[in-house]
Amino acid sequence: MSKALLVLEDGRIFTGNSWSVTGITFGEAVFSTGMTGYQETLTDPSYHKQVVIMTAPHIGNTGMNSPDEESNKIWVSGFVVRNPSSVVSNWRSERSLEDDLIAQNVIGISGVDTRALTRHLRDRGAMKVGIFSGTELSIEEMVTQVRSSGAMAGAYLAQDVSTDKPYVVPALGEKKFIVAALDLGIKAATPRSMAARGIEVHVLPAKTSFAEIQALNPDGVFISNGPGDPSTMNETVELVREVLSAKIPIFGICFGHQILGRALGFESYKLQFGHRGINQPVIDKVTEKVEITAHNHGFAIKAPTTGTFTTVFGPGHVTHVNLNDDVVEGLALLEQPAFSVQYHPEAAAGPHDANYLFDRFVELMAANPVGEVNA
Amino acid sequence: MPRDNSIKSVLVIGSGPIVIGQACEFDYSGTQACRVLRAEGIRVILVNSNPATIMTDPEFADATYIEPITAEYIEKIIEIERPDAILATLGGQTALNAAIALNERGTLAKFNVRLIGADIPAINRGENRELFRAIVEKVGGESSKSIICHTIDEVLAAAVVLNYPVVVRPSFTMGGLGSGIAFDEPSLRQIAGAGLTHSPTTEVLIEESIIGWKEYELEVMRDHKDNVVIVCTIENVDPMGVHTGDSITVAPAMTLTDVEYQRLRNLSIDIIREVGVATGGCNIQFAVNPVDGRIIVIEMNPRVSRSSALASKATGFPIAKIATKLAIGYSLDEIQNDITKVTPASFEPTLDYVVVKAPRFAFEKFADADPRLTTTMKSVGEAMAIGRSFAEALQKALRSLERKEAPFSWPAPASSGEIAALLKSIEIPTEYRLQQVQRALWWGVSIAEVFDACKIDPWFLNQIVELNEAAKIIALPGELTDEILHNAKQLGFSDKQIGELRGISESDVRAARANLDVHAVYKTVDTCAAEFEAFTPYHYSSYEQETEVKSRTKPAVIILGSGPNRIGQGIEFDYSCVHASFTLRDSDFETVMINCNPETVSTDYDTSDRLYFEPLTLEDVLEVVRAEELAGPVLGVITQLGGQTPLGLAAGLKAAGVNILGTSPEAINLAEDRGEFGEVLAQQELVAPKFGMAASQMEALKIAHEIGYPVLVRPSFVLGGRGMEIVYDDESLSGFIARATDITPDRPVLVDRFLDSAIEIDVDALFDGSELFLGGVMEHIEEAGIHSGDSACVLPAMTLTPEMADEIAVATEKIARGVGVLGLINIQFAIAEKQLYVLEANPRASRTVPFVSKATGVPLAKAAARISVGATIAQLRSEGMLPAGNGKAKGISVKEAVLPWNRFRRVDGRGVDSVLGPEMRSTGEVMGIAATFGESYAKSQISSFGPLPKAGKVFVSLADKDKSHGIAPAKSLIELGFSILATTGTAAYLREAGISVTEVRKYSEGQGAMGQRTIVDLLHAGEIDLVINTPVGRGTRADGWMIRTAAIQRSIPCITTTAGFAAAVSGIAALQQGEMSVKSIQKWLA
Repeated sequence: MSKALLVLEDGRIFTGNSWSVTGITFGEAVFSTGMTGYQETLTDPSYHKQVVIMTAPHIGNTGMNSPDEESNKIWVSGFVVRNPSSVVSNWRSERSLEDDLIAQNVIGISGVDTRALTRHLRDRGAMKVGIFSGTELSIEEMVTQVRSSGAMAGAYLAQDVSTDKPYVVPALGEKKFIVAALDLGIKAATPRSMAARGIEVHVLPAKTSFAEIQALNPDGVFISNGPGDPSTMNETVELVREVLSAKIPIFGICFGHQILGRALGFESYKLQFGHRGINQPVIDKVTEKVEITAHNHGFAIKAPTTGTFTTVFGPGHVTHVNLNDDVVEGLALLEQPAFSVQYHPEAAAGPHDANYLFDRFVELMAANPVGEVNA
Repeated sequence: MPRDNSIKSVLVIGSGPIVIGQACEFDYSGTQACRVLRAEGIRVILVNSNPATIMTDPEFADATYIEPITAEYIEKIIEIERPDAILATLGGQTALNAAIALNERGTLAKFNVRLIGADIPAINRGENRELFRAIVEKVGGESSKSIICHTIDEVLAAAVVLNYPVVVRPSFTMGGLGSGIAFDEPSLRQIAGAGLTHSPTTEVLIEESIIGWKEYELEVMRDHKDNVVIVCTIENVDPMGVHTGDSITVAPAMTLTDVEYQRLRNLSIDIIREVGVATGGCNIQFAVNPVDGRIIVIEMNPRVSRSSALASKATGFPIAKIATKLAIGYSLDEIQNDITKVTPASFEPTLDYVVVKAPRFAFEKFADADPRLTTTMKSVGEAMAIGRSFAEALQKALRSLERKEAPFSWPAPASSGEIAALLKSIEIPTEYRLQQVQRALWWGVSIAEVFDACKIDPWFLNQIVELNEAAKIIALPGELTDEILHNAKQLGFSDKQIGELRGISESDVRAARANLDVHAVYKTVDTCAAEFEAFTPYHYSSYEQETEVKSRTKPAVIILGSGPNRIGQGIEFDYSCVHASFTLRDSDFETVMINCNPETVSTDYDTSDRLYFEPLTLEDVLEVVRAEELAGPVLGVITQLGGQTPLGLAAGLKAAGVNILGTSPEAINLAEDRGEFGEVLAQQELVAPKFGMAASQMEALKIAHEIGYPVLVRPSFVLGGRGMEIVYDDESLSGFIARATDITPDRPVLVDRFLDSAIEIDVDALFDGSELFLGGVMEHIEEAGIHSGDSACVLPAMTLTPEMADEIAVATEKIARGVGVLGLINIQFAIAEKQLYVLEANPRASRTVPFVSKATGVPLAKAAARISVGATIAQLRSEGMLPAGNGKAKGISVKEAVLPWNRFRRVDGRGVDSVLGPEMRSTGEVMGIAATFGESYAKSQISSFGPLPKAGKVFVSLADKDKSHGIAPAKSLIELGFSILATTGTAAYLREAGISVTEVRKYSEGQGAMGQRTIVDLLHAGEIDLVINTPVGRGTRADGWMIRTAAIQRSIPCITTTAGFAAAVSGIAALQQGEMSVKSIQKWLA
């Protein structure tokens, strides 16, 4: 086993073993606290350009299988684990994790004191990181390279992850609605959750125009999750404003939520180290019920969490708040069919507590038929 | 919504004595409940018959009733205290059953008191198998195919439908009592027959077998707003077929994808909602088919359980505490997470470490018992370990068990025949199956073959293969490098194991580590995988890059706990450790607890200032001491409170330069070494029973003749499962030596004079180097020869003359001074023909410390801890911790032992013999307190599951040596209106003494020509109300054994000593005199 080094922007260095692919990689260091779901995490486009640290020590135990993929690719730019499994044990497994990482040329490091690393990121905030193995570089050179790698703040990444061409995920059973889903890094579980509710989902490239959306005559528009800094998404923000003006029901998740927030006039900001895990308590301010939710976001929206706010599209309110740190987790307009959540009701990985939000989208579309509004 | 202000007083029901399946985890949960309620200003009324609990300390409730946990007694308490509500979900199955009985009795309605947590319909939906199956079906889950039966005929018919093997599960029992797997009709008849008896509703479930499936358990919590969270997921390493309490388990689950895990999570949430557990915790068990993932819901407990305690310790999420808050009206989001201080309890803990729990068994105490593990729980305790990998946690857990067979070892290759035999034995789960698995893999058997034999998931098997691979590298010749040591340590290898692999000593490995600076660092259990800062120093060791131990300025006192519960060392010792921690914290020390028992109060993260969840081995303790010395001043280590485990470490710690607080290791040795202790006694002119050491059978006989029969004989090296025995003649002495010892000059046999019919006295005292405080002088009810832990005893002593009491006090002081005790000492004396004999002295806290403390109101363990750090008895008296003079009992208190006979069967399916002897076999104890001995004794019998009858038929069978002592109590029985039955010998003897007796046939005589039934038939027919059967000499003479096992099976009280017979008669007299009263400890002590 050859040595590998994990080098942080601030100069702290962790030693480990080279795992999967040997080489050099950079990204934003983020930690994920889920104890299950490494496959979903790896294939989630939102992790594009991030080096993901798993806090759960044993990773790879259940291998990889096709049905649980959130996209057809591993997106992380590097993978940091404590104890990778050398065998796979699960009746659904098709391949081993390490084989998939090697096949997709993803550089990994194992044997790292991931808890110490996580504590460091928690206290100092998410930062740039590099993994180095099989290299002759000096420590100073490594730190210099890490510092000069690309930052997440200000990164526009939607074009990297979005589909090139539109495609359709058919409704399961009777088709009740058509939804235009803007793919900014969409996860497979999202169209799956909508299809299960009788929605025909048209997944569209990030650069789709409003006219192209209108041409589909959708009952609703969905804005997906995805990587990057929401402050770079001006074009999409404008597109969403057009959708809002047309009073087509809108549902946004994660990045989509941040874009809706910006379209309503709120600012986005970068969190210290973000929320990445599947145990985050979010309270629905209307029902006062707590849901345990899956999160993966480094940015958030600044909005008043009490009372209502006014926007050019009418009044609205913050619907959901994270109980751990009071971060805004959901927005809705009161007189317009638009809402969004910062977290992941489609789960995958994570609890299904927030599945009801897809039902809410269905209800919203049923209550606000587009044709009548347009007419 | 904040809490429900209509609740101003709550009755908390405890779980009673420690029994298999229900141990000190319920003291942990009940103590948390009491603390929470009191902190809320709610008046707390507590009932628990177990004096060895922290929860029954007077300061944990406003009114503490150490009374039987039966509807009858609880009703009396309710009548006095008039609580607004009852909390019955934190006291195990005992409390839940009591709640059901109170409801049926009409008590709840009569006094308008409501159940909080789970109500009666919810309890029924969770516990009644038919209702529960319907619920599982309703939420879209699947139960295993099964049939409910109420008779043996129904059972046999069910097996035809389901095909063998089938699982038998009686309804409403705890710890899987009475359940088992039947492979054929005879075994089904036997298991289901017992199961029908054990079930209070005479109901068993016959179920399709899912043996070998993966087994999971989810801990679920719900609040009144219907918020639900999963606290922990536990995966059993041992697949279905072994009771989860007997399985090695791991948290979090290791072999599920998120999709599969979420399916279990969703089912759990749907089930808790549908069952309608309004608030609080429950656990739900699942089986998953490893071939296709089919999920079967096995069962749920609508209450806090043993697994909840484990889950709490494994995650840092205090389930019982939160459940209590939820019960009084809070919701999860209104409760703060103690550990992070900033986040709420409405979340799901995430772990960045691995937790392994391993069970501790006591088969060696029950030599006849069937060693196979089944769905009836048999383990008596458990150890938990935390590591940064499964391998590390597993190896730590195995060494935490304190069994030399438990840690993995790597012996030389075996023959193919041995390997084949090993592979065969792996098919049957037994205590050391995992060690067999490891050995088979070490000897080259493939993972696939081992999996076929045991169905342990290949992922776990591969982890063991990796350990074996690492062992190979460690064993390679060459220097012990930093890399080898680090890798070994990260996989949990102990210094001892590394030494064994390399043929060097443990201390050499330790020295090599010290040279290379390879030391443990300590991580924190924080509920959140480091996402938020943790404020509770709850640590575990690992060999990583960064430690989280914070520096401190206050001097630290390190307290060593007692490790996994076992027979002879259980909750009583945890009680003393917890007391030490409380009092030293109050005295401004920083208290540091080391223990590995997840069931205990000592391993609650807020009991001590710092908690290290670590094995109690010299290596692991030294590492903690080192870490704490780096953090700040360390005053020393307390080893005298946790029982034999820490006491055994004292010498090694001292040799390593660690300061031992209290009694020194030299003094400990003085008391423990027979020769040296003999000298102490001789110097003080005290007498011990004569004894000798025999190196051959001839010599043993010679010694026996010199000192006179009966003698107590035991091997100086105890062989597996064979202890000591009392023999009355040459024949039985020779027999014992041949059967149970391996006598050689190197392995001598100890032969002690046995004092027949002597009174045994137990003393607990404090000594500060100059002054003695006599805590309590207890008189055993059973005569000397019955292990003190199995004997009932009474405080104050009932038959001591003032002169003898004085002599005991003087002798106690002489011994304490002679040995050099600083703290607690326990001495056992015997009195025979007015002569006082010293049997043994233990310079440490004893099992009886909590009992004495409850009976006298004197906190002996706290005082001992203070003396250990320099306080004097005079000082403690002036502070008010100790009273003037000696400890004085308030009222008359009886302690009775609780024995686990009903848990064990022989391989042939019949019960194990229930005779008491010099080897301790009880798992727990109860206390009865009253104004008279009879009443107190009667209460103790009710609490220990052998309630005395008020009327009816008594079967009396006395051994020849006991016959004369049996006359007086037999006469009294007739006077009390009982009729007596006896077989020929005893009947003739009693008749001669003028006692009217009905003669019945012995079992060995068989039924009479006219179909006259034998005593065993009568027992099975339920026609006998009490059995007095004193054994004849050794062992299981067929008649006596059949009688005793039949009585156990039918739950008929069975007394095996004449002294017990006499005590029972006093108890019966008290019962007949009418209303038994209840009185809180606070009132007794006032």
